[in-house]
Amino acid sequence: MRTTDRPAGPPRSSLPLTLRLNGRETTFVIEPQVTLLDLLRERAGLTGTKKGCDRGQCGACTVLVDGRRTLSCLALALAHAGAEVTTIEGLANDGELHPMQAAFVEHDAFQCGFCTSGQIMSAVAVVREGRTHGEDQIREAMSGNLCRCGAYPNIVAAIAAVQGAR
Amino acid sequence: MRGFDYVVADSPADARKLAGEVDGARFYAGGTTLVDLMKSDVERPRRVIDISRLPLAAIERRGDVVRIGALARNSDAAYDATVAERFPAVAEALLSGASGQIRNAATIGGNLLQRTRCTYFRETRWRCNKREPGSGCDALDGFNRGHAILGTSDSCIATYPGDLAIALCALDASVVVDGEGGERTIAIDDLYLRPGDRPDRETSLAPGELIVAVELRAEPLYARSHYLKARDRASFEFALASVACAVALDGGGRIADARIALGGVATVPWRAREAEAALRGAAPGDDAFRRAADAALAGARTREHNAYKVELTKRALVRALRTVCGGAS
Repeated sequence: MRTTDRPAGPPRSSLPLTLRLNGRETTFVIEPQVTLLDLLRERAGLTGTKKGCDRGQCGACTVLVDGRRTLSCLALALAHAGAEVTTIEGLANDGELHPMQAAFVEHDAFQCGFCTSGQIMSAVAVVREGRTHGEDQIREAMSGNLCRCGAYPNIVAAIAAVQGAR
Repeated sequence: MRGFDYVVADSPADARKLAGEVDGARFYAGGTTLVDLMKSDVERPRRVIDISRLPLAAIERRGDVVRIGALARNSDAAYDATVAERFPAVAEALLSGASGQIRNAATIGGNLLQRTRCTYFRETRWRCNKREPGSGCDALDGFNRGHAILGTSDSCIATYPGDLAIALCALDASVVVDGEGGERTIAIDDLYLRPGDRPDRETSLAPGELIVAVELRAEPLYARSHYLKARDRASFEFALASVACAVALDGGGRIADARIALGGVATVPWRAREAEAALRGAAPGDDAFRRAADAALAGARTREHNAYKVELTKRALVRALRTVCGGAS
């Protein structure tokens, strides 16, 4: 986005933003203080991405931006003009679960489910990054996603299964 | 979060111009520190200048110098083959910090300017000389388990929280800054200011100046450098104490040269030159390492809850030196 007029006066109101949300180009008009997380949940209706701590400490808000996992709560939405954002709603293909989603179901990798979409988005990226080998490295790579139910053993098992299947 | 004016910079000079137009402007790169502190009402910028699109993300080799653009993401720098091979302490420090998600967003320049994790700074109901100059410091007699023991003052004991800067400090990195008169290069040691009686002044950057790159010169001993971090949990946690070190042995197996910096224990990235001097000419081994550790911590000033950091740091330094000397023999 280009900003041409820049008055030094009081904060301005809403600005336009166009990005690709789960493969669809979408335009919003938003205030500068809207985070990417609030854009997804409040403006786009994509409530699969969860607001946990809202301070970058829990990972529940993890999404993919241009293919890389990141925390949507610590990002200003306006800084994402033209970005490709993938949320949990964008993983399934024609109603068929993404392999990571299916693995989480198969391995019973959640209890309350609140952290799960963030866990899955992070896990999808970890497998794509291809730098983790073995369960210890999976734990380290997934340390930014907290699960207060303590489903970690099954989360690690689900990710290891998807890695092994590749 | 309070309202602000959002603008996009199209060049470093444009960014500086936009910053100069209003008081209280802030640059936005990855957002991981700034947005967090804006939500906590600690940062209240009137204008946020988005610099994230500037072409400053390249990691390049220029002869013996590796230049890491200020907008390179922490994860990009950590996994860069040249950085990992020539400056392993830098890659290790980057990978020990934050989480995979945050490392994908955080930038090298922004990371250097990361603010302290001091609870009394981060929550506005407390008194804090860094946040509100002259208001007092509730950390001095508060819960100061995580606070600094080196470089403190009667005004502030807040710890510099980062990992990257500790490794850069040990490896004599330079910071390239775009300012009024063009680019200037400053030693990383000269970037950070000890708190003294003005803890709100954290760096030697002039208002509106922009970090555009970090430069590292590839000295042979840096290829055997190491970063060790001690913390309360194994991952995604700030350092209680950390050590970046590099050692060169001479033909007789004695220590010819050493570089040491400490993190998690000081108000700024802490170069331990006394420890380096204690090691020069010594035979590598726990006796020499412990003498160096004693020298590094000789000036420590502890508070009620952080005295444990003295011994923790000494042991971390001994262990880190064992690791690099083992690798060097």
